[in-house]
Amino acid sequence: MNFDIYDFSSFTKSIDEGLMASMSPFWAITIEMIIIGVLILGFYAVVGLYLVYAERKICAFMQCRVGPNRVGPYGFFQTIADLIKLLLKELIPIKNADKILFNIAPFIVIIASFMAIAAIPFAKGLHALDFNIGVLYVMAVSSMGVIGILLAGWSSNNKYSLIGAMRSGAQIVSYELSVGLSLITIVILAGSLQFSTIVEGQRNGWFIFTGHIPAIIAFLVFLVASTAETNRGPFDLAEAESELTAGFHTEYSGIKFAFFFLAEYMNMFIVASIAATVFLGGWMPFHIGGWEAFNGIMDYIPPFIWYIGKTAFVIFLMMWFKWTFPRLRIDQLLTLEWKYLLPINLFNIILMAFIVLMGWHF
Amino acid sequence: MTISEIIFYLFSATIIFFSILTVTSRRILRAAVYLLFVLVSTAGLYFMLNYHFLAAVQLTLYAGGIVVLIIFSILLTSHISQKFEPVGIKKQIFSAIAMAAGAILSIMVILNYGFNSLITVADNPTMNTIGYGLLNYGKNGYALPFEVISILLLAAMFASIVIAKKDKKTN
Repeated sequence: MNFDIYDFSSFTKSIDEGLMASMSPFWAITIEMIIIGVLILGFYAVVGLYLVYAERKICAFMQCRVGPNRVGPYGFFQTIADLIKLLLKELIPIKNADKILFNIAPFIVIIASFMAIAAIPFAKGLHALDFNIGVLYVMAVSSMGVIGILLAGWSSNNKYSLIGAMRSGAQIVSYELSVGLSLITIVILAGSLQFSTIVEGQRNGWFIFTGHIPAIIAFLVFLVASTAETNRGPFDLAEAESELTAGFHTEYSGIKFAFFFLAEYMNMFIVASIAATVFLGGWMPFHIGGWEAFNGIMDYIPPFIWYIGKTAFVIFLMMWFKWTFPRLRIDQLLTLEWKYLLPINLFNIILMAFIVLMGWHF
Repeated sequence: MTISEIIFYLFSATIIFFSILTVTSRRILRAAVYLLFVLVSTAGLYFMLNYHFLAAVQLTLYAGGIVVLIIFSILLTSHISQKFEPVGIKKQIFSAIAMAAGAILSIMVILNYGFNSLITVADNPTMNTIGYGLLNYGKNGYALPFEVISILLLAAMFASIVIAKKDKKTN
């Protein structure tokens, strides 16, 4: 087995060939599916935990506080302790709730984000699903998470939950449009919906630079719309604490609450990775077309580090939004989407198509 | 049994099981959720056929769009304690007959259709093929249906805006 940190494709291929040679295809495929599932699940849990830690530290930094600092060095094990606490907590059954839907809802939310993470390219060759329609697939599966939120709000038999779910539904359904349209702007430039082709197309410069004006507009729109789509502040009306106690997950406790919490952070991670992949080159190092020496130096940094770095940058931006801007009202929220973002987006697509047609991009 | 056969039977069993639950459930939101499972399993079958585009469209439009719309309207109109009355025996018999007739008819048609087994692997149409196909007005092109559907959607959108618009006189 040749393990190469710069290109995982030969490594994964050798695992595949080794398994196929040693057992029947049935078991080889089953074991491969289990390996990928366990790997992604582990990654999901670890990233989720440390995003919570990062959020608390960044929030503390913004508010001139220290943040968690007791459990482990710099409070590094705080979220693990929180997780253990959540696992041990009692699951409170609601007497007049619709029990089946109440229990299904957290799983729908988490499965939707789990399916989306499979299509994200982490590094060269480290990519579980590389569909020809990758971007469309991610949009499709992530649009199902809202069903879980709506069900959670309705089946709790609680007015606050219901209002939170309705707000969240209206918000996600409308902001999904802007997310999709801003991604389509870049798809026009890339000429493909496949993530591996999109990343490969940024070898001579990331799309946010090569696509200049329309790409930058699309990136800004994507940032705003995806922050709203993940129900994060300043668009977190679905769980506005001051009005709705906790919105759609008011009645949930213990690990079921943790599922919603984890899914929210993982959705943020997913949209940040998509932003990093589509606009900032994914795992592709920072290249400038023609500067061979400079590109060579940049290639020394492993692709996985580039990917994590870019994703962390976008996540930091989203956390910065949350702790800086005040929460919007529901009418302001919908006005922002339908009266500003959507027309800007539609115009931007025409602009991008024109620029690609005239060959004015780099 | 190969792995794809197992997955096929799994998806088919899910589809049949939840289809029956969808029409027999007496709680309307549960019926909508069972319908969601049916639609998602159908998307799974499309993924098995390697037709990723259709699968993703199925997920976006049906699971992510229509079911969300149905759930939304249920949320606005019904209360959690609401439960449909069990239907009378007469209705049950008639619907069972109608269902059986439909099932027999479709099974007969499927069994009598001479399916040609394909030796070549069905090719997965890329986005480019689909894009060119939609805007192609020559042979094998879909420009006319594409345009007709867009006009239909535009008309539906205008109609919904007109209906939803507040009347100035009554306001």
